[in-house]
Amino acid sequence: METLHYLSLGFGVALQPENLMFALMGCFIGTLIGALPGLGPANGVAILIPLAFTLGLKPETALIMLTAVYAGAMYGGRISSILLNIPGDEPAMMTCLDGYPMARKGKAAEALAISAIASFMGSLIATIGLILLAPLLARFALTFGPAEYFALFVLAFATLGGITGKNPMKTLMAAAIGLIIATVGIDLSTGTQRYTFNVLELYEGVDFIIAIVGLFAVSELLFFIEEKAGAGREMIKVNPLKLKWREILSIFPTTIRGGVIGFIAGVLPGAGASLGSFITYTLEKKIVGKDGYFGEGDPRGVAAPEAGNNGASSGALVPMLTLGVPGSGTTAVLLAMLVSLNITPGPLMFTQNAELVWGVIAALLVGNFMLLLLNIPLVGVFVKILSVPPMYLLPIVTMVAFVGIYSISHSTFDLYFMIAFGVGGYILRKLEIPLVPVILGLLLGPEMEKNLRHAMQISDGDWSILWSSGLSIGLWLVAIIGLLLPVIVGPILRRRMQAAKSKVG
Amino acid sequence: MFAARTIKWVAAAALALTASSAMAFEPSGKVECIAPSDPGGGWDFTCRSVGNVLEELELVPASVQTINMAGAGGGVAYAHTVSKRKGDDQLLVAASTATTTRLAQNQFPGMNADMVNWIGAVGADYGVIAVSKDSPYHDLNELMDAMKKDPRAVKFAGGSANGGWDHLKVLIAAKAAGVENLPRIPYLSYNNGGEAMTQVIGGHVDAFTGDITETQGFLKSGDLRVLAVLSDERLPGDLSNIPTAKEQGIDAVGPNWRGFYMPADIDDDAKKYWVDAVDKLYASDQWKKVMKSNGLMPFHPDSSEFEAFVKQQIQDIQALSKEIGLIQ
Repeated sequence: METLHYLSLGFGVALQPENLMFALMGCFIGTLIGALPGLGPANGVAILIPLAFTLGLKPETALIMLTAVYAGAMYGGRISSILLNIPGDEPAMMTCLDGYPMARKGKAAEALAISAIASFMGSLIATIGLILLAPLLARFALTFGPAEYFALFVLAFATLGGITGKNPMKTLMAAAIGLIIATVGIDLSTGTQRYTFNVLELYEGVDFIIAIVGLFAVSELLFFIEEKAGAGREMIKVNPLKLKWREILSIFPTTIRGGVIGFIAGVLPGAGASLGSFITYTLEKKIVGKDGYFGEGDPRGVAAPEAGNNGASSGALVPMLTLGVPGSGTTAVLLAMLVSLNITPGPLMFTQNAELVWGVIAALLVGNFMLLLLNIPLVGVFVKILSVPPMYLLPIVTMVAFVGIYSISHSTFDLYFMIAFGVGGYILRKLEIPLVPVILGLLLGPEMEKNLRHAMQISDGDWSILWSSGLSIGLWLVAIIGLLLPVIVGPILRRRMQAAKSKVG
Repeated sequence: MFAARTIKWVAAAALALTASSAMAFEPSGKVECIAPSDPGGGWDFTCRSVGNVLEELELVPASVQTINMAGAGGGVAYAHTVSKRKGDDQLLVAASTATTTRLAQNQFPGMNADMVNWIGAVGADYGVIAVSKDSPYHDLNELMDAMKKDPRAVKFAGGSANGGWDHLKVLIAAKAAGVENLPRIPYLSYNNGGEAMTQVIGGHVDAFTGDITETQGFLKSGDLRVLAVLSDERLPGDLSNIPTAKEQGIDAVGPNWRGFYMPADIDDDAKKYWVDAVDKLYASDQWKKVMKSNGLMPFHPDSSEFEAFVKQQIQDIQALSKEIGLIQ
């Protein structure tokens, strides 16, 4: 009852004309930013913060605009994933796996529409979750200590084989490469520098965004140059949309699962949208099993990660709004913005700044509808921007990526680094080593290491702390199942299938 | 024509200001402020808020442009200032205790504190040691007594790296309290203070070390109990009910100051202008308002003493870092 009262208060704030206008603007800019490779939600929000200040916006208006940019970027990231096979931002990485094959089959419009609907559903589920569970979940997040986090990351790695599972050795190798790169920089637990060779730019480690843009965008450009020199390459054309209600309904269970799991991943601080989309994709692949044709353009492979990453992006607002702890890179930027607006983030924000918090939550709901409406009919406009022939588009995208990277750090060193990653990505792709595990290793490696070492420090070196709580035992069990299931069940299933075939035959 | 007008304008501006500065240095055109971090951090705040107040007070002719130059915890900006901006008298660089800590621990390779001009501080955020509301410790002495018996009895969580400022605050307090075997004290490093606090409140780690502004949310909600603030005197306002370490008999002070340095080789006139400008800014009502709304506490060593303060802090940190074996 109290929640309803607050929510109506929130709608009162969100539906003010000024706030509506800035929400719409944020949605549009966010989608564009998300669609451009290299510019993800975190940089999108970071770039627009100065704008919020120069316009002298009220705290709630500024936050509404920026959360709209955040949500918009989550929608937009899929566009270039599907059309170019370059993720527009990190959480859209998984959407490439089936989105691009769908587009190559001439189903680009369907892929875009399905992913928009999935994004809408994911976001809607997570926002409802945020409203209902926020106060409760804030307490649940507190039960995650280092041991539980470590088990969670082990779970993420254990299920890694499921993503690009053709050659487990290569997946493993790719993850190891990511973990190796992740060790560069200051070791937080001892304060010593690792593999930095007195190069100042390396002291804080390898920036995630640089690695992503290099590995995906620059290597894509290199591939393009190579193919153009050879046989040339077909261009993805967006076909007229032919989506039946039946098809929308068929992805419904997928989007609900994706939204819920994404939301949970988002709520856990440090897990974030990338993990959300990654887990939903692998899980969906497991659930659908042999009926699916994941990796070859299965619509569910597009819907799952999109529902997952949009769910996670709203979920990440839970720890931010309730605990003042960012659940992702973007919420960290939003949090910094709140502090500079003289709002103390923390458990009391829900009561002390009720108007602001509930205004933002209501704006998320409103913005989500706006985004769906923007994204179905206006997809043409966004696509127009990206459907320029690759020979013009890729250099432009690369240029934008360069400018985007440069605008974050103002360092030419980062640009060289990005090119190095591009060349590295090109080589890995030539060797058919998947790129996604590299990124995941880079993303999760430092957190996993940190939590293991923290657990050891807390227990004075006693390893049993890692399985000393019910929650961690549960996570370990899921991890073990995730690791062993494909190995054990795979051959049995295959044998049964062969048996079935021979019977029929 | 344009030059003549500019000269006239500068002359008029000089006249309008106090007589003492009539012949001295005046900034002209754009003034830059480098924030050695991404947008949103403490240094970024220092540049932007000081820039705004300098403009309001008309201590700068046009605008102050904030440039973000992240990397190596301020090392990239420091190297840039030392090697490329020598003699640039229109450049301020935001600094804090994090800068002196890294200088003390030789984390800016080949560079030291003498390579720049230290201008002044505009306030500070004071260190705190806090526990969760269910903790058995009720004051700093109880906590320290437990550590005297066994240095591994209390585990600390903080937002800086091992050997960073949050870690050093624990060591400063423990040393003052007479705890032996400082390197044995467990310190767990998190990405930021917020993450560290949730671990303490969740009961996974015993105590939190950080700055007072970070704790305000959890302090008001009652989840966190601040055992001591590491300031000379009690803090103003709502925070005045928190005891200092000093009044509990532990002589430990840990200000995380915010201020500026400038490139080397600038004229004495120019340096004096900026030192005075920071003094005027600190004394202004506008700045007092900014401090109040952002939880910044009073901290402003006399302009003649600031450089000495910085160097003393570096020495102290160096000695402490040697003691825990972080540097040789």
